[in-house]
Amino acid sequence: MSNKPFYSSITKKIIMSLMGLFLITFLVVHLTLNSFLLFSNDLFNAGAHFMGTDPFIQAFQWVLFAGFAIHIFYGIVLQIQNWISRPKGYKRRAFMEQSPFSKYMIYTGLLIFIFLIIHLGNFFFVKMGWIGNGVPLTSNGEENMAELVRNLFQHGGYVAFYVIMFILMGFHLDHAFQSAFQTLGLNHKTYWGFIKGLSRAYAIVITIGFVIIPLFIYFKIV
Amino acid sequence: MNFKLKIWRQASPNDKGQFVDYEVHDISSDASFLEMIDILNDELVEKGEDPIAFDHDCREGICGMCSMFINGHPHGPEAATTTCQLHMRKFKDGETIVIEPWRARPFPVIKDLIVDRSAFDEIIRAGGFISVTTGGVPDANAIPIKKEVADLAMDAAACIGCGACVAACKNASAMLFVSAKVSQFALLPQGKVEAKDRVKSMVAKMDELGFGNCTNTYACEAECPKEISITNIARMNRQFIGAKLG
Ligand code: HEM
Ligand code: FES
Repeated sequence: MSNKPFYSSITKKIIMSLMGLFLITFLVVHLTLNSFLLFSNDLFNAGAHFMGTDPFIQAFQWVLFAGFAIHIFYGIVLQIQNWISRPKGYKRRAFMEQSPFSKYMIYTGLLIFIFLIIHLGNFFFVKMGWIGNGVPLTSNGEENMAELVRNLFQHGGYVAFYVIMFILMGFHLDHAFQSAFQTLGLNHKTYWGFIKGLSRAYAIVITIGFVIIPLFIYFKIV
Repeated sequence: MNFKLKIWRQASPNDKGQFVDYEVHDISSDASFLEMIDILNDELVEKGEDPIAFDHDCREGICGMCSMFINGHPHGPEAATTTCQLHMRKFKDGETIVIEPWRARPFPVIKDLIVDRSAFDEIIRAGGFISVTTGGVPDANAIPIKKEVADLAMDAAACIGCGACVAACKNASAMLFVSAKVSQFALLPQGKVEAKDRVKSMVAKMDELGFGNCTNTYACEAECPKEISITNIARMNRQFIGAKLG
């Protein structure tokens, strides 16, 4: 069976890698904003307010959703085609993948997708007024996103779920970052070690960064 | 040395096939893996059974024929080795060894351990060559080529087309093979002339034949008997992007 549908194999990968790098940048912005919560509720609310009203960010939000959709669509297409390429597996197969998490990209990816929907349900949809009772207000009548977040992170079960999901996302990112460079042809032996190191560092920093915030709130450190 | 073997037996392309257990005894530790199967086959023939069909030719690691999946790895667990160059001393005495054919949709099994690798020939026919008008032999030094570049081209040309990259890859992708063949030409002045058309048509053929999409697991590089580098894949991707844009 041909592997041509939805563009050539390399084009598919290039689209995925560009969308992936875009999502990688987005995560940095998102984490920066979240980290405001460690310093003050007001700062976080101001950040959330800016993100929620700035016309450029508002427009960009839809680009972001499209980026996710395209990345997910191609991720699934790619994987299905790859399964079809090997109809019968091996009886004994060693773990040969040199980028270990490359083996589980579809699974970590789909879990990120499920998390994304729950996450949107908890914050974005509430903020948009599509579900729930809306965002709590501050004493001077402004949206208190910090309060909404803090309330949610009082539930141990939710915090545990959040932490596990971000560790799985860290696995996705550990492979993803350097993979995007290889896909775009940006692999040269003199700086490849650096890119692989950067990929791992990015995955670790993003995971720890996202995970300490709910943990700090739950254990009343901030 | 003694070994227990679990070998894939399949009488014809349409046969269902199954694993059959064998035992071999008193094998020299200096025997190659293929010699070990030769010994088993002699015994099978003597008993009036059908010997195990497997590909082999040069038996010196240069033709790429001796393809089989041994204990979870193409050409066995030893790095940078073809099956014909693999020695039985690399296994433990009494060990059970599982032997399977390459598994990939574009490599259908013909019989037992033999698969049809003509898909690779089709990819080569799609562009793995340079068009030259015949005539007098040009002087070898007429076109200067940097040593580093010549070395890179030579490293890429070391590919013997065995298919271990496809066999190892969880996606049955042929990117390492195709990128080596693209690179060996693209790096050199004679090959540059047709570089854009070459990369486009070889990739199109690879996709058409149903090889999987590369997801950069790098299993291919680790399992390649000739240690072809994944930087060739990056080069092919660069070439492909350039060819599509320009
Ligand atoms: C914040 C979220 C995400 C980021 C930052 C991200 C980033 C990336 C990047 C950069 C790659 C490598 C692409 C390449 O080498 O060409 C990748 C691969 C992949 N992603 Fe994601 N991704 C995210 C979410 C998802 C989701 C929700 C899915 C859902 C199916 C998914 C599925 C995949 C798959 C299957 C691959 C493997 C294919 C490959 O290596 O090319 N990803 N991801
Ligand atoms: S028989 Fe030629 S490489 Fe092994």
